[in-house]
Amino acid sequence: MTAAHNSPRRYSEKPSDVYLFGTCVLDLFDPEAGVSAVQLLEREGIRVHYPQDQTCCGQPAYTSGFPDEARAVAKAQLTLFPGTWPVIVPSGSCAGMMRHHWPRLFADDLTNLPRAESIASRTFELTEFLLNVLHVEWKPSAKQKPETVVLHTSCSARREMNTHVHARALLAKFGDVEVKQQEHEAECCGFGGSFSVKHPEISAAMASDKADALEATGATTLVSADAGCLLNLNGTLEKRGSALRGQHIATYFWNKVKEGA
Amino acid sequence: MNAPITFHENARRVVANPVLRASFRGAMDFLMAKRAAQFPDLDAFEALRTQGEAIRQYSLARLPDLLEQLEANLTRNGIQVHWAETPKEACQIIIDITRKAGGDLVVKGKSMVSEEVELNHALEAAGIGALESDMGEYIVQLAGEKPSHIIMPAIHKTKEEIARLFAEKVPGVAYTDSVDELIQIGRRVLREKFRDTKVGLSGVNVAIAETGTLCLVENEGNGRMCTTVPEVHIAITGIEKVVEKLEHLPPLMALLTRSATGQAITTYFNWISSPRREGELDGPKEVHLVLLDNGRSQMYTDERLRATLQCIRCGACMNHCPVYTRIGGHAYGTTYPGPIGKMVSPHMLGLDATKDLVTASSLCGACGEVCPVKIPIPDILMQLRRQSQGTAGGIQLPAAGSGRRPLQSMAFKLWAGLYARPLLYRIFGFFATRLRGLTPKWQGAWTNSRAPLRPAAQTLHERMRLSTTRD
Repeated sequence: MTAAHNSPRRYSEKPSDVYLFGTCVLDLFDPEAGVSAVQLLEREGIRVHYPQDQTCCGQPAYTSGFPDEARAVAKAQLTLFPGTWPVIVPSGSCAGMMRHHWPRLFADDLTNLPRAESIASRTFELTEFLLNVLHVEWKPSAKQKPETVVLHTSCSARREMNTHVHARALLAKFGDVEVKQQEHEAECCGFGGSFSVKHPEISAAMASDKADALEATGATTLVSADAGCLLNLNGTLEKRGSALRGQHIATYFWNKVKEGA
Repeated sequence: MNAPITFHENARRVVANPVLRASFRGAMDFLMAKRAAQFPDLDAFEALRTQGEAIRQYSLARLPDLLEQLEANLTRNGIQVHWAETPKEACQIIIDITRKAGGDLVVKGKSMVSEEVELNHALEAAGIGALESDMGEYIVQLAGEKPSHIIMPAIHKTKEEIARLFAEKVPGVAYTDSVDELIQIGRRVLREKFRDTKVGLSGVNVAIAETGTLCLVENEGNGRMCTTVPEVHIAITGIEKVVEKLEHLPPLMALLTRSATGQAITTYFNWISSPRREGELDGPKEVHLVLLDNGRSQMYTDERLRATLQCIRCGACMNHCPVYTRIGGHAYGTTYPGPIGKMVSPHMLGLDATKDLVTASSLCGACGEVCPVKIPIPDILMQLRRQSQGTAGGIQLPAAGSGRRPLQSMAFKLWAGLYARPLLYRIFGFFATRLRGLTPKWQGAWTNSRAPLRPAAQTLHERMRLSTTRD
């Protein structure tokens, strides 16, 4: 990562329209989270456009050492988001891929590089957009008893997109949500895409330690802004018979906002 | 070609051992906390490591010139310089110097490069003994093992294990698990050897080209003994350790000791500028420097991998690595474990022998975040994955493509064929969701420790198409 990745980002005015890049994982395994993201955005008076030809950001191939395949898939997305509307991504690692790695993936392709760079500059992870561009005003709900939540932020969401900061700030808006802190919060859950199947024992050890730490907080709900981590964590929690389940943060937010409205 | 490392088996064994797991976790937590306490101000840390990165990049950009300048100034100072391309050459140089000095034992300060060239084996084969004088290395040598960490070689051992080892291996020592007593035992054994041994060996942390000075950081004083008491001092290091000017040293030192052991400053700092001069009462009569390549030129050649050479060997990347924390250093089967090991070992042992190492990362980025010289470790690992798959383009390393598995390549081709075709992709999504009831319960390695993945009832595409308000 270069220093520019972590430098403070300047945010524009609230736009009238945005694109949603739903990600391949949400598309197939958690469409509810994508729909919730749309509802959260529409509630702020934003028109959401969902290009039907979108598929995947190319990350699985990119991180596994298959740049040609990653480029082929990413290239198929490049023409779907013309103009200047922001591209909202409800998953930190996919947002990181588009924002930081697409320009590198197309560095030698002068036809596609401008498109990749344009999208990269307009890519926002959902919580970042809700917090820093839309400045959402969410009211505390009238619940008597605060609910306890534990937040897991994916590594790329954390290190490339600062998602832990944004998600925490949004959770704090409700007033009736107590956010528990797990041991080794910043540590990886062991997903890492193909890592989870190429090194299953190490991945399982990491996931199991993470599940222990999450359970030990006593929180009733686990939320995360990263779809890949949720697949890993929920699969692990379910296999061990835990009562705890992770929910995509968009779904969690939409349910809360709906309640409060 | 080197034999492939049995990484999977090694890792599996450690992961299944709760005692080792708890011990590694405890040790890494301790080291992470110590380091964090040294960098309370993240902006200051960022500024310092940006400076460290700039110094290392500047040095590497001028590496060939700096090495010539270093050699000229060391020679002027009376230090003899030897160049070794391979571990074998390095060992032979050291054997020859030792024989010429009439030595039958080399007393060693801590040196990872000496581990890298497997010096102790080579010396033994030549009928020369080697004695490690760093306490951690001494323990590891007594146990007949290799270091499991580049800064704390015996971090995998408990106090009790060390106590048993001393009682068993050191003549005339009764069992004690008092750390102070154990250290005194080691100290007594080593003091005798320093006095009687003709050849001392050490590593080098930084070599300064303009002054012809070798800098050595250590905490136990054994480094100073090795470099001053024996008649001959041999230093060994990699060709990347050179900087141009004296003023380049302080930022690197400030980063090194804080990142490594959480110390603001090292206990001993040794400047080695010449052998004993006329009229001086102590110091070695001869000082030699062995400069080792062993794959470093290869790291240098490819710009996309060159940042590997910025490394100052602090070990922070392994202390913060969730994989290292789970499996410890020995599982890697390489001299350098952890993230730094994954970056350098392919150049030393070949991509074929290390293909399981370059994939053994979730690319979480914890290493890159703490690296004191800002090596983009995840990016370099991804580049090595491309080299391993033979897809890197540009310069191809030897054995590029040796990590390629037909099935995996085929899978990604199919994946791209599907995901680059929107219509086909939507049809796939439609059927995957409709046939979700047929999802297999066994999904390869995924379901070893996880419930099977099951698609939702409808894709997001479908739900967005069916809702009326959106295009």
